[in-house]
Amino acid sequence: MSKTLFDKIWDAHVVSTVENGPTQLYIDRHFCHEVTSPQAFNGLRARGLKVFRPELTTMTADHNTPTIDQDKPVKDPISRNQLDTFAKNAAEFNMPLYFPLGHQKNGVVHIIGPENGFTQPGMTIVCGDSHTSTHGAFGTIAFGIGTSEVEMVLATQCVLQTRPKTMRINYNGKLGAGVSAKDLALYTISKLTTGGATGYFVEYAGEAIRNMTMEERMTVCNLSIEMGARGGMIAPDETTFNYVKGREFAPKEAEWNKKLAYWKTLKSDEGAKFDLELNFNAANIQPMITYGTNPGMGMGIQESIPTLDQIDEAGRISFRKSLDYMGFQPGEQLLGKPIDYVFLGSCTNGRIEDFRIFANYVKGKKKADNVVVWLVPGSWGVEKQIREEGLLDIFTEAGFLLRQPGCSACLAMNDDKVPAGKYAVSTSNRNFEGRQGPGARTILAGPLVAAAAAITGKITDPRV
Amino acid sequence: MEKFVTLTSTVVPLPIENVDTDQIIPARFLKATNKEGFGDNLFADWRYNKDGSPKTDFVLNNPVYHGSILVAGKNFGSGSSREHAAWAIDGYGFKVVVSSFFADIFKNNALNNGVLPVVVSAEFLAEIFDGANKDPKLTLTVDLENQTITNNANVKSESFEINTYKKECLLKGLDDIDYLLSKRELIEAYEASRK
Repeated sequence: MSKTLFDKIWDAHVVSTVENGPTQLYIDRHFCHEVTSPQAFNGLRARGLKVFRPELTTMTADHNTPTIDQDKPVKDPISRNQLDTFAKNAAEFNMPLYFPLGHQKNGVVHIIGPENGFTQPGMTIVCGDSHTSTHGAFGTIAFGIGTSEVEMVLATQCVLQTRPKTMRINYNGKLGAGVSAKDLALYTISKLTTGGATGYFVEYAGEAIRNMTMEERMTVCNLSIEMGARGGMIAPDETTFNYVKGREFAPKEAEWNKKLAYWKTLKSDEGAKFDLELNFNAANIQPMITYGTNPGMGMGIQESIPTLDQIDEAGRISFRKSLDYMGFQPGEQLLGKPIDYVFLGSCTNGRIEDFRIFANYVKGKKKADNVVVWLVPGSWGVEKQIREEGLLDIFTEAGFLLRQPGCSACLAMNDDKVPAGKYAVSTSNRNFEGRQGPGARTILAGPLVAAAAAITGKITDPRV
Repeated sequence: MEKFVTLTSTVVPLPIENVDTDQIIPARFLKATNKEGFGDNLFADWRYNKDGSPKTDFVLNNPVYHGSILVAGKNFGSGSSREHAAWAIDGYGFKVVVSSFFADIFKNNALNNGVLPVVVSAEFLAEIFDGANKDPKLTLTVDLENQTITNNANVKSESFEINTYKKECLLKGLDDIDYLLSKRELIEAYEASRK
């Protein structure tokens, strides 16, 4: 029988099926960070359990960490306690893959995974973080879990999951100049809405996806959760294999050949049935921005915010509330609107290609005086590349500072908070109320739109 | 985990759609290393002014509405996987959340903490909002064994979905870890089969 890519990987990881209930799924790689794991380790302690397979968990501190002075003690005592707890748990449970602040492998969990070769095709991957979907770019089943499930994985290397429905989204044709993977994702979410893929696992396919680099594919899969999907995935191909090969934790020699032969079978069979299949024309996608308080409220940068009569009646209160929060009017165009902050970074757009795009645009220009810009690499690996490729010199010349790696202003658990009422053009993943700080107003965009805003101080179409 | 069988309670109506987990519990409150105390910061930015005083126009600060059932607009719990959202809802004292649609991860997290998410039709939901607006004493009855929810104001009932396994877990107060730990041999056999 014809199988989807999802079916192939899922079926290969079923340990058992609970009668009239969920599937017991084996997990190949577990990523763990300081914010969603302490209660799970407490749970193990309370039950007197050890970690079942410590070598299958990779631990990095990223969410609640400063992006300056990482060599000094963390100032906020509550944050410091959380980081100390993370360290204690790693030591007490003998976790061999623990990358604390300052470690050369430290960084945003979804960036260091692929970077070090932990993420490989055909795997099941979980993390107490909804953007675990990022790893789907390699042809994996990767999804976010809650802390109870983190405890389950630590204790048994398994989770109990209801099998989701499958969806395939095909992007035919090519993306236009100046249109990025982020734009493709924001466009898709704006069409499906923030809950439109709930209950589904999405496979992205078609010419526009095939043409993407691994980093672009990661951006697309990263945002799957923003339309409610359990996860997103892309069939592995030569682009994938070339990316994985030679990375520190990737298979080597005979093991590589064996794995590669298997990985080449990982694609949806001809005639495989999806519960839902959608088609988009990549050429229709423009650089995107969001205007509201969820990632589904997005539009082409040249377009206008919908008017009230374009919104269904049940949704009007929420729509109004959202625009009031943002300080925008129905029907308004946002081009030329002054902004206050720009954030380049996060698991969505904190990889080297994002910094190259940004650098390429700002080269020889000057940062707008009225804008505060945070450039936050996703990992020390990315930071090193920024230096080696001479991007840091370009940034410095244009008036920008480079910060140290972490999740930073994406969720503003640290001091990188956008003040109340201020507008931030952000390459991160969520424009929820208060996400980047209480009262902060977030406009999501790709790295190129962010670069243009950093130079002009306004919402600017980078193609013009 | 506490057992859940049936519950009759007044409701706290929150007729907002797409309530995300950053609203349920903002990220700056995620620094704790235990599960206690999150209820105090449930919906913190909607509930409190900057100086910590309550915002009088938010429903949790309206003394007219109280009870252990939260009723919210569609797509409740979207966004982050933070289980702190479920801990906050549970910690505040809600045992049931009613909506016409829930985000996946939140639904799992709620169930893993003995909080029951009940999906109702858009019409049933609208009638609760409307009824509670007219009479804050409106009560709902949730019967897990029979998988029904009843609006006691208009005496309309709907049945709701929950998988048999999760239902058993809630009725008996068991959790997934107990189940998985009992399958240790199967896990080791699976690992051996892949070598």
